[in-house]
Amino acid sequence: MSLEILLVVAAALFGIGVYGALSQQSFVMIMMGLEMMLNGAILAGVSLWYFSAAGSPKGQLLAIVAMAVMAVEAAIGFALVINIYRVRKADITEKVKALRG
Amino acid sequence: MTIGTDHAPLFADVLFWMLAVGSVLAGWRVFRADSMVRAAYWLLASFAGTAGILLLLHARFLGLILLLMMAGEMTIMAAFMVMFMMNPAGLNPMNMVHQHRTAIIAGVGAFLGLAAVGVFGEFPARPLLDASQVTADLGVELLGDSMMVFETAGVALLATMIGSIALAAHRGRFGPADEGSEPPALVPEAETVRPGDSRDEEQS
Repeated sequence: MSLEILLVVAAALFGIGVYGALSQQSFVMIMMGLEMMLNGAILAGVSLWYFSAAGSPKGQLLAIVAMAVMAVEAAIGFALVINIYRVRKADITEKVKALRG
Repeated sequence: MTIGTDHAPLFADVLFWMLAVGSVLAGWRVFRADSMVRAAYWLLASFAGTAGILLLLHARFLGLILLLMMAGEMTIMAAFMVMFMMNPAGLNPMNMVHQHRTAIIAGVGAFLGLAAVGVFGEFPARPLLDASQVTADLGVELLGDSMMVFETAGVALLATMIGSIALAAHRGRFGPADEGSEPPALVPEAETVRPGDSRDEEQS
């Protein structure tokens, strides 16, 4: 196990997330793509902390901030999904093409 | 470089490869599953693999908190999947994709670009030497020098809770949320018609 291999694994997770976020029609599945991207970002951050930061706790702090971002994204995303379903009866992106009420 | 002063190197390597391959494969299955509930649990499996790698990297607190957080979040997500699911139980093949070719190109491009940075980039070789104090150091950092970051994250999460409740609440600012808003009048002097007002007028 080396830093290069870990970063390639993280890049693979991020790439899958990009594919999912761009290809899925359902809002909830798009959010799963975003989570997958953050999964790769956390893995890359912790790998760099382990191999390149000489054990500085600030590297771990960055990962904690990324996790907080993940929680914020999920909570606001779900709230928006519920709201848009109430207003438009829409659950896929194709149903919300126009920004009107 | 092998990992883990307290693991046998071969054992740690085998475990790492199982976790890494499992995490990527589970991530791929997320967007290939026929049921959205299964997709949520595949995502949880992918996060569990990442959490295992974090534990191997001696980031014990981060690994466990990632597992804990994702277990809770994916359970909530599975409930959402049931609510929004078009294909209950995954009995039929599900293929709800758009711009598939573009998405594949973008995903492969992102992977190749980031992997190239990882393989060809030069990073300082300053590995973690003493793994015994990692969690204690993080605790001191969180409640010491970086307390502002920690506090800001906490306030951001509080604001998120308030915002998500406000967004998801049935009663909106201008009346019930499921009625939506009405377009404002085009004449500047005209009074903006709000959903609640229009309903009152219809009733009277």
